[in-house]
Amino acid sequence: MTTKAYNLPDEKGHFGNYGGRFVPETLMEAVLELEKEYNRAMIDKDFHTELQKLMKDYVGRETPLYLAGNLTEHSGGAKIYLKREDLNHTGAHKINNTVGQALLAVRMGKRKIVAETGAGQHGVATATVCALLKLECVIFMGKEDIRRQQLNVFRMELLGAKVVSVDAGSGTLKDAVNEALRYWVTNVRDTHYILGSVMGPHPFPKMVRDFQSVIGKETKQQFFEKEGKLPDALVACIGGGSNSIGLFYPFIEDESVAIYGVEAAGLGLETDKHAASLTKGKPGVLHGAMMYLLQDEDGQIQEAHSISAGLDYPGIGPEHSHLHDINRVHYESVTDEEALDAFQLLSKLEGIIPALESAHAIAYAVKLAAGMSKEENIVVCLSGRGDKDVQTIQARIGGQE
Amino acid sequence: MDRIKKALTEKGKKVFIPYIMAGDGGLEALKERLIFLQNSGADAIEIGIPFSDPVADGPTIQKAGLRALAHGTTVKKVLKDIAAYKTEIKVPLIFMTYANPVIAYGIEAFATDAANAGISGCIIPDLPLEEEDLVLAPFEQNDLALIRLVTLTTPKERIRKIAATATGFIYAVTVTGITGSRTKFSDDLAEFLSYVKSVSSVPVLAGFGVSTAEQVEEVCRHCDGVIVGSKIIDLFEQDNLEEMKKLILSVEKI
Repeated sequence: MTTKAYNLPDEKGHFGNYGGRFVPETLMEAVLELEKEYNRAMIDKDFHTELQKLMKDYVGRETPLYLAGNLTEHSGGAKIYLKREDLNHTGAHKINNTVGQALLAVRMGKRKIVAETGAGQHGVATATVCALLKLECVIFMGKEDIRRQQLNVFRMELLGAKVVSVDAGSGTLKDAVNEALRYWVTNVRDTHYILGSVMGPHPFPKMVRDFQSVIGKETKQQFFEKEGKLPDALVACIGGGSNSIGLFYPFIEDESVAIYGVEAAGLGLETDKHAASLTKGKPGVLHGAMMYLLQDEDGQIQEAHSISAGLDYPGIGPEHSHLHDINRVHYESVTDEEALDAFQLLSKLEGIIPALESAHAIAYAVKLAAGMSKEENIVVCLSGRGDKDVQTIQARIGGQE
Repeated sequence: MDRIKKALTEKGKKVFIPYIMAGDGGLEALKERLIFLQNSGADAIEIGIPFSDPVADGPTIQKAGLRALAHGTTVKKVLKDIAAYKTEIKVPLIFMTYANPVIAYGIEAFATDAANAGISGCIIPDLPLEEEDLVLAPFEQNDLALIRLVTLTTPKERIRKIAATATGFIYAVTVTGITGSRTKFSDDLAEFLSYVKSVSSVPVLAGFGVSTAEQVEEVCRHCDGVIVGSKIIDLFEQDNLEEMKKLILSVEKI
């Protein structure tokens, strides 16, 4: 299928067979109101001016597009560029979305915010913008993730957010989303839910994509300034899929650009400890949208596994599900081990400590580059920095040695 | 023929629909519980099919669902089980589950097999009006009513739209929140229920948060009956069948 004139989602929020608004009736009014307000904001000059001002002066955009010379040399093939989303305020791409959504919440007169978080990056980005805009903030986080990401929990609390531990299920991102949705159902009249990825009911997948697509827009322009053409390939890691869609979306219609999304293969695709929703899942409904899901034959959602808390989600956004079905994006996967190696490789070769999530993209890009010519170029979204993961890595490497 | 509407209106009284989770206490407990509820005066029975991620449910039903899943409960087993004794159950049975278990089963197969097991309707809380097309045709072909929900946050215009083509009954959610006991209802509940009633041609039943005989009486003033879930689950857990009987019979006195 051609993507020459790509214009999704449709007005009901469907990307082909995926997406939609599979939420309890109590939330429907809020979801419809959000869609209206979002559409109004998109044609409002003042909204864009305010958003751009914050993006520049507060978030620190634009972020650099950096030619990773040593990594390129190491790979022995295509040139590898890194889109440095790790240099954003709060250390990841997540803030591109939270700033936009928080401004929308203020427009809707909602002064209370709820959010879920996995690795804590989205929670920190939400708590940050809530501090800035004087909004009340409650963050739901799985018990297991709280254990893995202590530092981010403390950060959120410093920023004035209330962090609620979620005990249910596997105590990870999926369960945090369940609780955040239940909280939203109960407090919907005065609360906006800042969803952190391109998932959930329409208009979230579209809106989060649009806020994140600043990544791809900047990349396109910066790359053109450096190389005078389009890149040959794009690579980004995928949990729910927000940094990846942010990079990919402005290139969807450029069919000469090969696009690779990298899922977490955890301990390996042959085991049941992975988070490869597209590679190993099948379509179903979770958290408000039809999308590929890790599930058993009876439709019960399975627990995902990845060493990186941010990729530990059993679903993948509806637009990715669609881009997979029409073969516009190639979805690959990288194991915990490969990501750990890439984490150390980038640190040593480039002096950049990547988030474990982003290390999955690096691992794949190195393999991909090796099979390409030196005249070709790859852009990798370095979605976040690795400070939050240093403890995990230390325990892991220490244990190995 | 709308079997549910007929059963809920023919006695000319307020109705009581208890909710139980299939497979809670083991699937072998289901038949016994259904017959007990039928004999205790239930006008229809709502049967929950467990789902791993029930976002509309509070702690009581979440836990019941986890217990049921731990017993290995699946849609397939529940349907097979009920089909075997369907002639003994005279009151309408209504499934409550989420979209994903139905999708995973196969929507058409689900509709056919549910009808064969004597199921009259289905409540899918994460399938709002906008997404109903997914199931509507196979449900209609199998005379399986899709029960719609309205809530305190549903605007009047939308309530009218939902009521216009409603089947079975309308499930009026009495709280802005998830399932589970509440001590007090909001002030706008009476007006809400009366409005839904005024625009509906099928019975209007109130549910979520109803747990005592007093609350049953309170909400029944403005609608046709109640659905009680979390409290019934608690009473089965405590094996307090006497109390359950009293609660079910509380509608008879109104």
